[in-house]
Amino acid sequence: MTDPAQTATSVQSATAGRQLRFHVLRHDPRDPASVPRVQTFELEEAAGMTLFIALNEIRETIEPSLAFDFVCRAGICGSCGMLVNGRPGLACRTLTKDLPADISLAPLPVFELIADLSVNTGKWMREMSERLETWVHAKQQEVDLRRIEERMDPDLADEIYELDRCIECGCCVAACGTARMRQDFVGAVGINKVARFRLDPRDARGDDDYYELIGTDEGVFGCMTLLGCHDVCPKNLPLQTQIAFLRRKMARMGWG
Amino acid sequence: MKVVYTDVLVIGGGLAGLRVAIGARRRGHDAIVLSLVPAKRSHSAAAQGGMQASLGNVIKGQGDNEDVHFEDTVKGSDWGADQQVVRMFVNTAPKAVRELAAWGVPWSRVREGDREVIINGQKVTITERGEAHGLVAQRDFGGTKKWRTCYVSDGTGHAMLFAVGDQAIAKGVPVHERKEAIALIHDGSRCYGAVVRDLISGQLIAYVAKATTIATGGAGRVYRVTTNAVICEGIGAALALETGVAALGNMEAVQFHPTGIFPAGILVTEGCRGDGGLLKDANGHRFMPDYEPEKKELASRDVVSRRMEEHIRKGLGAKSRFGEHLWLDITLLGRAHIEHNLREVKEICQYFLGVDPAVDLVPVRPAQHYTMGGIRTRHTGESTTLRGLFAAGEAACWDMHGFNRLGGNSVAETVVAGMIVGEFVADFCESPDGELSVPTALLRESLEAERARLDALLGSSGTERADTLKAEMQQLMTDKVGIFRRGEDLEEAVHGLQDLLRRSRDIGLRQHSDGPNPELVTAYRTQKMLKIALCIATGALARTESRGAHFREDHPVRDDSAWLKRTLATWRDPADTLPCLAYEPLDVMSMELPPGWRGYGAKNYVDHPDTPRRAEEIAQLRERMQGQDRFALQSQLMPYEHLLPEPLRGHNERIDESLP
Repeated sequence: MTDPAQTATSVQSATAGRQLRFHVLRHDPRDPASVPRVQTFELEEAAGMTLFIALNEIRETIEPSLAFDFVCRAGICGSCGMLVNGRPGLACRTLTKDLPADISLAPLPVFELIADLSVNTGKWMREMSERLETWVHAKQQEVDLRRIEERMDPDLADEIYELDRCIECGCCVAACGTARMRQDFVGAVGINKVARFRLDPRDARGDDDYYELIGTDEGVFGCMTLLGCHDVCPKNLPLQTQIAFLRRKMARMGWG
Repeated sequence: MKVVYTDVLVIGGGLAGLRVAIGARRRGHDAIVLSLVPAKRSHSAAAQGGMQASLGNVIKGQGDNEDVHFEDTVKGSDWGADQQVVRMFVNTAPKAVRELAAWGVPWSRVREGDREVIINGQKVTITERGEAHGLVAQRDFGGTKKWRTCYVSDGTGHAMLFAVGDQAIAKGVPVHERKEAIALIHDGSRCYGAVVRDLISGQLIAYVAKATTIATGGAGRVYRVTTNAVICEGIGAALALETGVAALGNMEAVQFHPTGIFPAGILVTEGCRGDGGLLKDANGHRFMPDYEPEKKELASRDVVSRRMEEHIRKGLGAKSRFGEHLWLDITLLGRAHIEHNLREVKEICQYFLGVDPAVDLVPVRPAQHYTMGGIRTRHTGESTTLRGLFAAGEAACWDMHGFNRLGGNSVAETVVAGMIVGEFVADFCESPDGELSVPTALLRESLEAERARLDALLGSSGTERADTLKAEMQQLMTDKVGIFRRGEDLEEAVHGLQDLLRRSRDIGLRQHSDGPNPELVTAYRTQKMLKIALCIATGALARTESRGAHFREDHPVRDDSAWLKRTLATWRDPADTLPCLAYEPLDVMSMELPPGWRGYGAKNYVDHPDTPRRAEEIAQLRERMQGQDRFALQSQLMPYEHLLPEPLRGHNERIDESLP
């Protein structure tokens, strides 16, 4: 076990004092006069500084119109996906001490741009959910809530949770080659959802139903196996395995 | 004039709001949910540890039932709660877990046989029953007699929010995202909907509805150090307050969570201590048993937070450049347990502190966490004073938490309140009161008034900066309206906040566009937040006793003879700088559990004159009813089942308790 005093030092020991330069891609698509441009902001690094802290400080002290999204600021809600030095990630839990002094920030591609670093992931995810019907299709209509719940194998519950941990941040979609070319590709997020409900014994759907949903080039066969999704997933979901597995299952369905 | 009509308008897309909308939709009413953010990003997702429901599946939960959950919750509230509402809640919580199980929440399940757990710092082997195998599991949490907290690893809120969010999509409930209600439309006696601002275009829209439900969560962001998400600014409560008609209940009741990571204030779950984690001081000494020999780390949150601050005051906190803190030690739980059951905690420690909680201690200090107070409603969720306005979840005070909420009772409340209030909202829509006849002039005037307010801000030559005022408010609240409160500090806070409110009427902006303008948003929200902060501070100043999370160093006694009553705050005139306070007494003679000692914390209270009389009455009743079952006794002590919506009545089946 670490000595408490030593841990205290590690809490303190963030590199204070560096001069950081944030190169932010800015644009307001609703403003006819706006042209996409990179604006640079300089900020002194503080101990424990995250991109959440840095961007808020820039907005408070330098540029009040800078648009970005944060909600939980704890890496849980998935609001703050953006390109950090070209790589999709959650800004709130990115510490500046892990980055070079020059930091480029850009909105996630693929999603509709709201302004600056803010994109409409909510709209994209809702459409994906409606298309793939990402809810349990219950076998029975009404459950008697007074009765003991149905049993589930503890390991299976854990396996479902493992895939249920997706926070719909959109990083996988932003890192996806297919999604850049095909507007209607469901992305790793969508395929992972199908894998999740497929595992769930409470869902009445079978592989023939899932084939209808993702047995296409907009679905699992659109994946080019570049696996950018797997590399950037902030929750370390096993996307690579799930896509490969489902592709085999769906191919089998297709061959009938 | 852009007007959107629906039957049920729900402001807030977290668990409570979504569940109300689903309930109304199932009864055939149209519902629209307004949300600042995509619904699945709501703060409900941050609930990690779990939700309380007395299923009694695990061996350490054996013998649990609604009676035990009721007693824990009322004691936790320090007798501030409405006991009938608590009864409604504890009877519905098991049904909520079972509904969510059917909706796909991957609850962690019981595995039969031996398993090793940590209890009171010791490794203990417990044996789960075969008949419990595969049922929903429970873990230990603070202030509870039994292991009652149902969980999904430590991502309970996330899993619940996604299941309920997906059900809302399945039912076709539209969620209008990035839309903010900025005022309620009302005529002084009935609410007709809300004036809503599109956060992307800046457009104002009148949403008109038979019933309007506020489910916007808490107000943690009026404090500097809080576990709450950045959107938890108490705006929903402020909308109700600004009607001048609706009242806010018990706003001074603010909970501080013992384990916010230091200094960022990000939450690590109570499950850390529930699963056996310990609190230690600068010397590595486990100090909680010195203060609370009975419950130790697992006393209620208000008690643990106070003991921690007390210990720091004795000079026993660990020192760092950001100030003093204590340590949370979960190393004894072992890496396998942490990576399986506390993985969010592990990620948070790793990303924000650069420590590995399987080998390192975690720096923690209490941080603002929960708003027990909120929009005062009846047990139906409807405002006591403004017809057609409902509230549910943390934004509401119906009032099941009184002066302190137990861990695991908040996400439980969101879905339970959603189920109950959803039914009452539907009832209201189907009743003659639900009929809507709204003059278009009222809509136009409401829209024009808000337009004028925003234009005044956008065009102002004011010299005050919104973010400065907001930061000053947050500092003032954290410094003077925190865990330990004193009359003189509170007076300073009230005066300081009044001054800030006056200054907020002279805010000037650097950014004058009406579209996605973050500075404008901060400006109008800060004006509202200051009113909420003033309700908290004035309520705390007036309440010269200590109850639950409200602790007055100058009045350390819980005084039932003078203060067994709920604070009601209203804001009569927009030009005022103080809320108007009134009080609503709690009736001891109708309580199932008359006030007494909580079983932890200081044994320091003055009885209400009715307490001995009621206790005697109850003793006689128990005597008379000996031999009858617990349901018969309960219905004699304090009938409540008639208050529940019909579909939610009925007992709950357990392994050890079959249905009649």
